[in-house]
Amino acid sequence: MNRRVLLIEDEPNILEAIRFLLTREGWQVETHSDGTDAVEVVRQAGPDLVILDMMLPGRSGMDILRDLRGIDALARLPVLMLTARGQSRDRDMAEKAGVSRFMTKPFSNAEVLTAVRDLLAQATRT
Amino acid sequence: MSLLNLVVAVCLAYVAVLFLVAFAADRLAARGRATWLKSPLVYTLSLSIYCTGWTFYGAVGYAARSGLEFVTIYLGPTLVMVGWWWGLRKLVRIGRSQRITSIADLISSRYGKSNLLAIGVTILCVISITPYISLQLQSITLSFSALADFDPESQYSEGGVVFWMTAGLAVFAILFGTRNLDANERHHGVVTAIALEAVIKLLALLAVGVFVVWSLSGGVEETLARIDASPIGTWQVDGGRWASITFLAAAAFVCLPRMFQVMVVENDDERHLRTAAWAFPLYLLLISLFVLPIAAVGLDLMPAGTNPDQFVLTLPLSQDRPMLALLSFLGGFSSATSMVIVAAMALSTMVSNHIVMPVWLLFKGSGASVSGDVRHVVLMARRVSIGGIMALGYAYYQLSGGGAALASIGLIAFAGIAQILPALVGGLFWRGATRLGTLAGLSVGFALWLWTSFLPGLGGGLIPEEVMLHGPLGLAWLRPEALFGITGLPPIVHSTLWSLSLNAAAFCIVSLFTFPTPMERLQGAQFVNVFDHSAGPSGWTGSVAKSEDLMIMSQRILGAREARSLFAQAAAEQELPGQLPEPTPGFVERLERVLSGSVGAAAAHAMVGQIVGGSAVSVEDLLAVADETAQMLEHSSQLEAKSAELSRTARQLREANEKLTQISLQKDAFLSQVSHELRTPMTSVRAFSEILRDTEGLGAEEQKRYATIIHDEALRLTRLLDDLLDLSVLESGAVSLNMREGSLADVLDRAVAVAGAGFDAPLSVNRDRAVEAIALHTDLDRLAQVFINLIANAQKYCDAEAPALDILARVRADRLEVDFIDNGSGVPADVQAIVFEKFFRVSAEKAGGAGLGLAICREIMQRLGGDISYLADHGGGAFRVSLPLAQRMAAE
Repeated sequence: MNRRVLLIEDEPNILEAIRFLLTREGWQVETHSDGTDAVEVVRQAGPDLVILDMMLPGRSGMDILRDLRGIDALARLPVLMLTARGQSRDRDMAEKAGVSRFMTKPFSNAEVLTAVRDLLAQATRT
Repeated sequence: MSLLNLVVAVCLAYVAVLFLVAFAADRLAARGRATWLKSPLVYTLSLSIYCTGWTFYGAVGYAARSGLEFVTIYLGPTLVMVGWWWGLRKLVRIGRSQRITSIADLISSRYGKSNLLAIGVTILCVISITPYISLQLQSITLSFSALADFDPESQYSEGGVVFWMTAGLAVFAILFGTRNLDANERHHGVVTAIALEAVIKLLALLAVGVFVVWSLSGGVEETLARIDASPIGTWQVDGGRWASITFLAAAAFVCLPRMFQVMVVENDDERHLRTAAWAFPLYLLLISLFVLPIAAVGLDLMPAGTNPDQFVLTLPLSQDRPMLALLSFLGGFSSATSMVIVAAMALSTMVSNHIVMPVWLLFKGSGASVSGDVRHVVLMARRVSIGGIMALGYAYYQLSGGGAALASIGLIAFAGIAQILPALVGGLFWRGATRLGTLAGLSVGFALWLWTSFLPGLGGGLIPEEVMLHGPLGLAWLRPEALFGITGLPPIVHSTLWSLSLNAAAFCIVSLFTFPTPMERLQGAQFVNVFDHSAGPSGWTGSVAKSEDLMIMSQRILGAREARSLFAQAAAEQELPGQLPEPTPGFVERLERVLSGSVGAAAAHAMVGQIVGGSAVSVEDLLAVADETAQMLEHSSQLEAKSAELSRTARQLREANEKLTQISLQKDAFLSQVSHELRTPMTSVRAFSEILRDTEGLGAEEQKRYATIIHDEALRLTRLLDDLLDLSVLESGAVSLNMREGSLADVLDRAVAVAGAGFDAPLSVNRDRAVEAIALHTDLDRLAQVFINLIANAQKYCDAEAPALDILARVRADRLEVDFIDNGSGVPADVQAIVFEKFFRVSAEKAGGAGLGLAICREIMQRLGGDISYLADHGGGAFRVSLPLAQRMAAE
């Protein structure tokens, strides 16, 4: 089954790198690079997984995550959060907000692929 | 009618007359119509209570035993009146201005209102004077029995006479001595009665004298011849005794409670002293004029063994002159009664004020209200004290059984009272005299007097013979009449010498080594400098003056505004116009409470007391207290300063803490930003390099594209690190500026060229090179960096279809101003204030850098002494760079 991943990231080069990796693995990748309407985009796209950058223009990834968890249909949507800020506080806050996986930039490509694979597998099992 | 009955009748009548006189004088004085009562004559006569029954009868006896030596008793007071009237005047002035009620009160007042001293002096006086009072009772009894001996039908009980006599005198003293509460309100009745008695005793003695000289001896010459012939005629002067007794008499004249009572307390007008200074010695001269003749003739005519103390009485009786004897008896009676009455009054004032009242207050408890019934209690205490003192005198008389020569008890009393002299004189003239010094002197003097004079002199085996001869516990140097091994002196000289000299020495030495309290200092100044600042005899009057004084003092202590509002409020409460209230007790009490909050209760009480009590408080007096107050104020202002400093430090700490927290937050934010700015390009670099490494069969096109991304991101990292370093150097101030000469046009040329490089569609830059020909002396590279940043920003962020940038240069007030205004939409109003903050970016997409450019620009311009600011409302994005042109301003 062709899984759909929504990638929300404002940095074009990172966006391109992740898209290349996931596409090569056979996933369907959609992208978005603004925080303001991110929640609405997720809702309409209905992806199997969301990769969410923490620092987005317009709205922070943390707020977006909280909103997603507040929506019944999206409460259990796997969300992989990326951050370039190296603060442990952010991880705590994200976990409290209900993140599925938290990853600090820069990451290895293998890490990202493993994380996405795991999250999708969990989602399928449940 | 027998003589004795006649005597009793005359006595009763005489006492009745005294009652009437006293009563009438009191009434007259109360109506303010008795001006003659307040005459110097009455004052002088009242001083004659110095001459007691001892003087009246005893002087003749003294002369009969020791010849002319009796004169010393009169010489002392005469010397005081003539040679020391100025000292007395000071005493009287102090007594009036301080409202002194007794000698104990005087000493206590002078030494900081010490109650301990008051009690000490009171006890000393009671112990000295009680035998003296019983002496008077004895003299009356003796004279009574002398009369009785000549009356064959005599049937009387001696005890009864003494008892009723004592009771009568007590009643008289109570009736006229305790009519008024305030001891400073004079007892006109008593004083008038005493003056009358002074006249009676003088007349009696003169009458007897005239009778003796002209009737018995037959003239002056014959009398002189008799004196020469008698054993007392031999001129024997023991210098030591004379000096001692004269001195004792002088000291006693000043210190005796009854003398203090009539001389100071009852004094109406200190000018009376001027009259008394010559009139009283005259009185003494008159009363002593016939002493020697009576003594000589008595010794001549009376049978051997007759008590010479009774010659005044027995001589007329033996010559069958009962009426003269009666007059003489009346004189002696007058002398004794007047002394007893005044002494009892004076002592009772001391006892009730300094012993009974404090004890009563102690038992009543401090919580008790001390206002309503206290008046009644004071009067009661005084009456009981009079009764007690009279009872004591009576008891002493009964116990001692009489017999001792009158004069010796009188001298012992004198010596006891004289112990007060050092404290008194020191208090009047020496500001350095202290309470502890006085206490030491009095204790030493009192103890020595008891040991060397009082106890041995009383006889009756109070001190065993063994001790008299060999000293206590065999310590010979402590023998009462040969202290420290000094023998061969008459007891009175010995006692006076030791007790007074050691008393004075202790007083001086301890005073020198102790420091007076503020209260003592204040009182000391008041006493010693009484003439400098107390009103004269007809000085202050009127309550307004007092209110003004209170106001002046309150202003000094409370400050003008607070004092004024306090007084105005009180005046309003009293419904008085103006700012000054009446000094009613309520107001004075309130004022004292308020003042005590500032200067302490004691000082407040003293200061208010000085003013309300009558005399104005001088600056000097206040200075004494101010010493202490200043210390207090300094202390409190130090505390205030300290607390202000503390709160300032606390505030600074709080601010520093806030700053640190802020800096810490900023640092966190900065690090987090730096981390983000570093990790973001590194993520791309890592991701694409892994793709290049791991992906098999990647197209050449893609390989090149990804390698380019890696290259760009690496450049971005380099730029970021450059900016961070640049900013860090600029912020730390460690930057070294390369100051050079140049023109604005050249710098702008360079900046435009650099900023435009690499852009496909460089924005059009509008300049006016003519205007830009401005000579500069600055770091041209740094200035160019600022310009490049601004132009690059315009290039990046100007959102107009045909981006254009106007660069406008001008010189205004020695400052170069260069505006960079593009035609875009500019910086949104809500973020205009933070465009210069680090990592601020208007939008993420267009950001080429890390958002440090404008922060760096601001730092550079500050280093160059200039400024950079965002110009709101200039259409598009608009920045102004300004730079001082201190050295060069003209265009070339």
